[in-house]
Amino acid sequence: MKALAALFMRDVRIAMRAGGGASVAVLFFLIVVTLTPFAVGPDLPLLKRIGPAMLWIGALLASLLALDRLLAADRDDGSLDLLGMTAMPLELAVAVKGLAHWLTTGLPLAIAAPLFALFLNVDGSAGFAVALTLLAGTPALTFFGLIGAALTVTLRRGGLLLSVLVLPLTIPVLIFGVAASNAAIAGPLDFGTPFTILCALSLISFVIGPFAAAMALRHGQE
Amino acid sequence: MADSLSLAAEDLVCRRGGREVFSGLHFTLSSGQALAVTGRNGAGKSSLLRMIAGLLRIEAGRLVLSGGDLDGDLERSIGEEAHYLGHQDALKPSLSVIENLEFWSAWLGRAELGGGECRAALGAVGLETLGRLPAAYLSAGQKRRLSLARLVAIPRPIWLLDEPSSALDAAAQTTLLVLMREHLAKGGMILAATHAAIGIDGIRELRIGPAA
Amino acid sequence: MALIDYANPSKFLSFADRVLPWLIGCAALALAFGINQVYGAPDDYQQGATVKIMFVHVPAAWLAMFGWGVMSIAALGTLVWRHPLADVAGKAAAPVGAAFTLTCLVTGSLWGRPMWGTYWVWDARLTSVFILFLMYLGVIALWRTIDEPSRAARAAAILTLAGAVNLPIIKFSVDWWNTLHQPASVLRLGGPTIHPDLLAPLLIMAFALALLFFALHLAVMRNEILRRRVRTMHLLQAQAAPGS
Repeated sequence: MKALAALFMRDVRIAMRAGGGASVAVLFFLIVVTLTPFAVGPDLPLLKRIGPAMLWIGALLASLLALDRLLAADRDDGSLDLLGMTAMPLELAVAVKGLAHWLTTGLPLAIAAPLFALFLNVDGSAGFAVALTLLAGTPALTFFGLIGAALTVTLRRGGLLLSVLVLPLTIPVLIFGVAASNAAIAGPLDFGTPFTILCALSLISFVIGPFAAAMALRHGQE
Repeated sequence: MADSLSLAAEDLVCRRGGREVFSGLHFTLSSGQALAVTGRNGAGKSSLLRMIAGLLRIEAGRLVLSGGDLDGDLERSIGEEAHYLGHQDALKPSLSVIENLEFWSAWLGRAELGGGECRAALGAVGLETLGRLPAAYLSAGQKRRLSLARLVAIPRPIWLLDEPSSALDAAAQTTLLVLMREHLAKGGMILAATHAAIGIDGIRELRIGPAA
Repeated sequence: MALIDYANPSKFLSFADRVLPWLIGCAALALAFGINQVYGAPDDYQQGATVKIMFVHVPAAWLAMFGWGVMSIAALGTLVWRHPLADVAGKAAAPVGAAFTLTCLVTGSLWGRPMWGTYWVWDARLTSVFILFLMYLGVIALWRTIDEPSRAARAAAILTLAGAVNLPIIKFSVDWWNTLHQPASVLRLGGPTIHPDLLAPLLIMAFALALLFFALHLAVMRNEILRRRVRTMHLLQAQAAPGS
């Protein structure tokens, strides 16, 4: 437990210190969100209608962008080798790294969402509804993304391949995240149904993500 | 580490990218012994060390660690008993020197370690004055010393050293030599991949690959 | 002392220490006087007291653009004369300019809530200021990413100048985009004519906020020079230890 706590604190510290890049994901999110009106026009009713969807796409892309360095940084300086040389299962190590990554990139996205929602004319409780769905859904983005991060680390290819590998895995999260947001804002669907499925997706990702990522790392060693 | 350990390789084969790097490799190493792995570039020195550390799949043959209190505990891999000092220093530039070391002792150490071990290990490699400095400020040689401190702080019987003296100046090489001798005296084992002579009495040489 | 002497960081530091308290004092006095004037200014017959947000909003918008101007001049100093103090001036202007840009955006949005019924409307002017804010954040992110100060300074200087060239293009594009979609409800801020009773407090507030800008800029520059000294001391400490 002490070892896992140490790994968690290390990753959080690195992300928080200067050059960690945790804030860049939020900035990227903001820019993606604000590109929308330039593309579709500053039509407030239209923006209100597509707002939750654009917020979700922005958060999806921002969390994907940050995944690139999640394991690659540890590979580049040799830490990844040492992380495996202990009795601690690699699955737990990867899971803890994912958790620290979510705390420093996924959670800030959810927190920033109500503010950024104002730019898309999604205000008040609607913005908080989107934030709630992001809070429930971004863990799934991180933990499914872990698989892609582990695969690309061992294949020694860059972030572009990572996006291609991970984006299809995140489609269900996007579907139910946007469905839950829209249900909360406009109806007529019940909010509970898609939101519960979204939470279920996150829970599934907690299990699948670390196992698949650890397996990819182990098989990646030539 | 009081009980005597022994590490044996039987008919070890290494293949990388479809090419056979070495085959039929045998050696045994017991507590208090050191082995210098030599051979030309590409002979598979680093690969052998990574295999022992569990970072490279063993294509054929066996690696057995026996003796000590290990016999009853088959779950333990050799990698858990070994330190691997590769070409990279596994340091995070934004963390301080002591934070880097404390993380690795928490992650790799089996027993609960206080701050004392880390401080003492920093002293052993001559970095005791730099504990609070971010690792980004260290020179290449100092980073190497900090990696060495990891070996001192966490007791593990097998040291796998890949070109340990690279980036070290004369003073640091002396420090390394002292640390290696202490480790052997305490019953440790050392496998070092190297081009140059190491300077330890009674070190045996394992030449791999075709004779150059 | 000649002007060129202030280009020496140590001289600059003692200069900043002497000037800063006076500058802060003047800014505080001017702000107090300005707020008093604004308090006495008449309400707008349509907008009521809400119009008084303009006395902060408009100067903040001016200073937001002024901040980029300061950064651009500093960028020239960095690239042409390679002067370390220009690096410091450029770096220090970024957070100050960003803060004024954010002030402009927040006050604009607070003004918009009762006027437009929503916190944000994609009005051409607000949008341009918003893009300026994003560019400030980009420059700050670049500064934070590169460790080595002089390398970071050159990179940030290139980005700043590229931004300065692009800002008019962005402004033009946004105006074009906005007239294409002109939403009917948008009220123009300010307007072509402004009543003299409002103009005087506005200029006083602009002067006061400009003083505040200079005070903050000087303070941030001083902090940055001190931060660099800490960095140099760290490097020396590492060099003094064995194995460097």
